[in-house]
Amino acid sequence: MGEPVLERFKPRFWDNRFADSGPFKRLFNFRRIWKLAVLLTSLVAIIPLFVLAIFDLNVTRHSAETQINLRITKLVSNTDRTLTFFLEERKYALDFIVNSHSYKTLSKPQKLAGILESLKQTMGGFVDLGVIDATGEQVCYVGPYTLQGKNYTGEAWFQEVLERGLYISDVFLGFREVPHLVIAIKHENPDGSFYIFRATLDTDRFNQVLSQIELIGQGDMFLINRQGVIQTPSTYHGNVLNILDIQVPKYSDYAQVFNKKNGRGQALIVGYSYIKDTPFILMNITRKNELMRPVYKTNLLLVGFIAVSTTLIVLVVMGVATRLVNEIYNADQQRVRTLREVEHSSKLASIGRLAAGVAHEINNPLAIIGEKAGLMKDIMMVEKEYPYQDKLTGLVDSILASVERCGAITKRLLGFAKHLEVKIEPVDLATVIRDVLAFLNREASYRSITVTTDLPEDLPFFESDHGKLQQIFLNLVNNAFAAMSNGGALEIRARQKPDEDIVVTVRDDGCGIPEADMERIFEPFFSTKKEKGGTGLGLSITYGLVQEIGGTIQVESELGKGSLFTITLPIERGEREK
Amino acid sequence: MAEKILLVDDEADFLEALSERMRARGMDVSTSVSAQQALDAVDEGTFDAVVLDLMMPGMDGLEALRILKEKDPKLQVILLTGHATVQQSVEAMKRGARDLLEKPTDIETLAKKIKEASAERMLLVSEEAEEKIKNILTSKGW
Repeated sequence: MGEPVLERFKPRFWDNRFADSGPFKRLFNFRRIWKLAVLLTSLVAIIPLFVLAIFDLNVTRHSAETQINLRITKLVSNTDRTLTFFLEERKYALDFIVNSHSYKTLSKPQKLAGILESLKQTMGGFVDLGVIDATGEQVCYVGPYTLQGKNYTGEAWFQEVLERGLYISDVFLGFREVPHLVIAIKHENPDGSFYIFRATLDTDRFNQVLSQIELIGQGDMFLINRQGVIQTPSTYHGNVLNILDIQVPKYSDYAQVFNKKNGRGQALIVGYSYIKDTPFILMNITRKNELMRPVYKTNLLLVGFIAVSTTLIVLVVMGVATRLVNEIYNADQQRVRTLREVEHSSKLASIGRLAAGVAHEINNPLAIIGEKAGLMKDIMMVEKEYPYQDKLTGLVDSILASVERCGAITKRLLGFAKHLEVKIEPVDLATVIRDVLAFLNREASYRSITVTTDLPEDLPFFESDHGKLQQIFLNLVNNAFAAMSNGGALEIRARQKPDEDIVVTVRDDGCGIPEADMERIFEPFFSTKKEKGGTGLGLSITYGLVQEIGGTIQVESELGKGSLFTITLPIERGEREK
Repeated sequence: MAEKILLVDDEADFLEALSERMRARGMDVSTSVSAQQALDAVDEGTFDAVVLDLMMPGMDGLEALRILKEKDPKLQVILLTGHATVQQSVEAMKRGARDLLEKPTDIETLAKKIKEASAERMLLVSEEAEEKIKNILTSKGW
């Protein structure tokens, strides 16, 4: 199915491989010219487009990535500050309580319960409070557990708070399986003694702070501890107290961003920050694809644009190349045709010159033969008695007949070769044709050939050579008569074409011309009637005459059905006749 | 009365045959094988007609024709040619040739042309004579 469609779009020059381009064939490989033109033009147009596009894609991606990193860094460090502030607020609250109350007051459960109550109402999130003395014994506790009197000496956190004065615990599942964390501070009295004040907070408020942060591109922000255990709820990375599926990033004083692939091969952008004085690391994990979506969208648009314009460029280039090469091809065909015509006519001309020379040289000896034979005949007529009388008379007559025949041939040869001056006068074509037909009427009626003419009354007079026109039609009609058997039909018609040339056609229903002979019928000495005394010059002379008056002659013929000679005569004399 | 003619052609064979045939037709024929010889012949005697070959080595027919016509404008010259271009024909006619025939010619045609030429010359000569007589009649007035 595809092939005929392709066939339809195939330009004419495509299959023309050096077939008949004459010399310099290599220059006329049209397919190659076309391919080269298409390739070069397309490359020149498309390569800069592609380079620019790739360059632009890289620059956009790079700047987008930089910007995303910047935004995430900012977000993480802001959140870090918020969280630090939140925890410090709690710590200052505890500081304030220990500074504003004496150890004794705090040691009393009723008093401590009152403080817990007011903390719950003002700040919220406090679950229990406890006071631990220097020996590590919990001297006073208010809260849901019964931890009164518990000793913490061996606990790691107790040692830490002794050393650093502050301890913030990892999140753990505390009371009612709710995640909690512990803040403990060390209070030193002026006399050097100290105790530890400890509070348990549920993480609701903490989570609330995190959830209020406006995230970028469906990001996931949560806390982990330094062992990678998730401390606050995450959207995509597991529940609280699960282990994070990403390795814990290494410590840094500032918020940091890095790229990472998760287990499913998705590119992630991870922002993190170590929150000061706490075991927490703030994590912000975003899928890169989400963040880059607008960039990808722009890129897709760009790629689409490139694809469309490339297609368009290639199509236009192909179209233009096809058109141009076609023009070249046509011009070349024209050139080849002209070359052939010139070849043909110059061949005819040189044959004509040769023929003229030969004819001339032969005429003189021919004249001598003629005169000698004539003399013989004269003598024979005077002498009444001599041997072989009849035979000799016959021989002389035959010599004279042959001389006459040779003379006729040489005269026609000369006629063919002569570049006669063209005598131009206003000519009425109808009269010319009627004159010629009148001349041949006797033969026509004798052979019962029907001659019909179709000559419009309004044919204009035109400037041409009367004698040559007569000769042309005489030759053509003679020729037609020779081709026809008795009882044939000959038709001559004349028409004026819109472009003012007059076209005369001579159609016979004779034997026609074989295909093989068509090329040669205008050549001198080409005759199929040799045995009937044809010289082979009639049509070549006609051809020469038509050329001389600036016309053209064509022939169509079908073997056995007849021939059609078409003569085109210019009304205005062109440049062609000389 | 026998026409007095001069045949000029460079081909002796041709001359020989043609002159004999002309004589057989009752003409008084002289021959020349070159233009120069023809001029000399014309100087020596008068001819009713000259049959002149157009193409000859040395002086050609056209040149000979010019000189002949200068010598005697009434001289009737028939040109014979193996190959005449229209230009040559026109030139010949301009220079006063009576006719131009192509070789090989039919002897009867040539004879006819010669007879016509001879008659023409007779006419011219008698006209001239008449003119002379008129002149004499009018000038002398006696």
